Amino acid sequence: METILHAVEGYMYLNEVELQWSILIVLYPYITGLVAGAFILASLERVFKVEAVKPTYRLALLTALAFLLVAPLPLQLHLGHPERSFEMYLTPHKSSAMAMFGFVYLWYLMVVLLMEIWLDYRKDIVAGAESATGWKKWIYKLLTLGSRNVSPAALRVDDKVGYFITLIGIPSAFLLHGYVGFIFGSIKANPWWSSPLMPVVFIFSAMVSGIAAVLLLYMLTSKLRKVRIDMRCVDTIGRYLLYTFIIDFSLEMLDLIHRIYEADESLKALDFMVHTKLYFSQVILQIGLGTLVPIALLGLTQIAKLSDGVRKVIYAVCGSLTMVSIFAMRWNIVIGGQLFSKSFLGYTTYKMGFATREGLLPAVALVVLPLIILYVLVKLLPPWHKNEAAA
Amino acid sequence: MQYLPQATHSEDRGRTITMNLTRRELLSKTTKWILLTGAAATAWDYVLAGKADASPNYDMTKHWWAMVIDVDKCIGCGNCVRACEAENDVPEGFFRTWVERYHIEDWQSDHPDVDSSNGGHDGFAEKYKSGKNFFVPKLCNHCADSPCVQVCPVGATFRTPDGVVLVDEKYCLGCRYCIQACPYGCRFLNPKKNTADKCTLCYHRITQGLTTACCEACPTQARVLADLKNPKDPVHEFLRTHNVQVLKPQMATGAKVFYKNLDGSVR
Repeated sequence: METILHAVEGYMYLNEVELQWSILIVLYPYITGLVAGAFILASLERVFKVEAVKPTYRLALLTALAFLLVAPLPLQLHLGHPERSFEMYLTPHKSSAMAMFGFVYLWYLMVVLLMEIWLDYRKDIVAGAESATGWKKWIYKLLTLGSRNVSPAALRVDDKVGYFITLIGIPSAFLLHGYVGFIFGSIKANPWWSSPLMPVVFIFSAMVSGIAAVLLLYMLTSKLRKVRIDMRCVDTIGRYLLYTFIIDFSLEMLDLIHRIYEADESLKALDFMVHTKLYFSQVILQIGLGTLVPIALLGLTQIAKLSDGVRKVIYAVCGSLTMVSIFAMRWNIVIGGQLFSKSFLGYTTYKMGFATREGLLPAVALVVLPLIILYVLVKLLPPWHKNEAAA
Repeated sequence: MQYLPQATHSEDRGRTITMNLTRRELLSKTTKWILLTGAAATAWDYVLAGKADASPNYDMTKHWWAMVIDVDKCIGCGNCVRACEAENDVPEGFFRTWVERYHIEDWQSDHPDVDSSNGGHDGFAEKYKSGKNFFVPKLCNHCADSPCVQVCPVGATFRTPDGVVLVDEKYCLGCRYCIQACPYGCRFLNPKKNTADKCTLCYHRITQGLTTACCEACPTQARVLADLKNPKDPVHEFLRTHNVQVLKPQMATGAKVFYKNLDGSVR
């Protein structure tokens, strides 16, 4: 306690000195954001018939699934009593924003994502159940769920139902992440969080991060598979990344300008924080390197004629910076929102553990885990056709 | 007073019975006393009732608890903090109640100097010679429209019918959403139980007819437990005749800790 108190400047309510929500709670909106964003990118192809992004359609769906499976883990790890978390399903408190997460999550996982992936892959699964050998055959057999009918008529039905699910999926993806934003935005006690813009900002930042993640994964997997990167595809994704980034940035700036202009009693505390404790993560990482640089570079691809090689480098750099930027944004919201006292008279410091339950190590593990899951999913359900590799 | 759900009158039962005996009751009582003598009559009452009554006969619907704090009377001795710690086994480094010392120079009323070393547990060493100086005891405000109760995902924290906000430690997930939602910094995660913890207004005491540990320990009566549903409680006159304020009224939480002469700079 003594060491923590040394990290306090000014006066904090005594129970606020130690942060309640750690890096794990930073990961929670980060990961769910990737899910929502990747799904929305996938739905572009399906619903809005953007043919150019077709090579990323299945990859985006599998990415969304891999991250969605991991999304509740940081929460579980953070709970004081993880063994009681199921109570949220049994006795949800109707007035609590958080209580609905379990249901929104299940809806999205079971009804939207798993259904859509299953319908889209059914033909491949049935083929796998017939041609694969060993344990893989059994997995494919299990995944058929007993339905081996892949007649053109059956596939047409699959396609229609799949389209319908994507239609439901888009508002569901907005719901999933907008809702995560609401969990923060509805806390009136915390002026850093309390904002009706929060859910909207969360949705757009989710789209930005999801699009960037799929862009990076597509380029990386193409490199690993030694397949030519479809420039029309990455150009289109890059363009969408630019558009959503501009909307996202505008919303965030609107929020900031509004706060500065209104200058209510919390502004001094928040302003001080942005200039000191959050200067690096907010001004340098999130806004400077993570937002302005990618927007400038992506903008450049729109106005200048650049070679394929240069554009690829730009997309890789922008994608990576975007991932950092959105992580920094989640960090600044979750951690930043706890660094100042609700008395507005003082500030504390976040001391992150390393190999502790809520330390850096489990956080890194939780970021790597979805990539491992994605690797397994890609092996089991390849998102590309075999003849594509020869191209 | 707008937080009173129903203006029911609690009655001093013994007095009501002796004052308002009906003829029928009088006859019945007299007959009983004639037929049975003292001890036997008492025993017969218990037989009729089936079991012994709990003592005192606490009825949740007849109370609406609050606290009144007279800022001018607080001397910052820390008795309340120590009493609370002893009564409620409060873990070290966390506080169910604490005392803040405010120091304000006339030109900086919007940014006072506040300190609360160890929550005021050990009192305050003299520090200021000038300016306006005063102590503000803090505790859970037992809000009628409590944001912490609103956000709990499983309803483990709740408001009792008599107006006390409690946590069911056998049910709490330890998600800490309630801690984030409290505008007053009154909640913490109990490191031993891994559940949310806060002032219970000594619920185990007040339902037994006692006052809270902090109020009992206060040497100047700076903090006094109040029952807003009891028309005989002096709180009513106190609220009527003094300048009374709650913390952060803009939060509209229906806070029920009323401060007399609270300085506008207190957050």
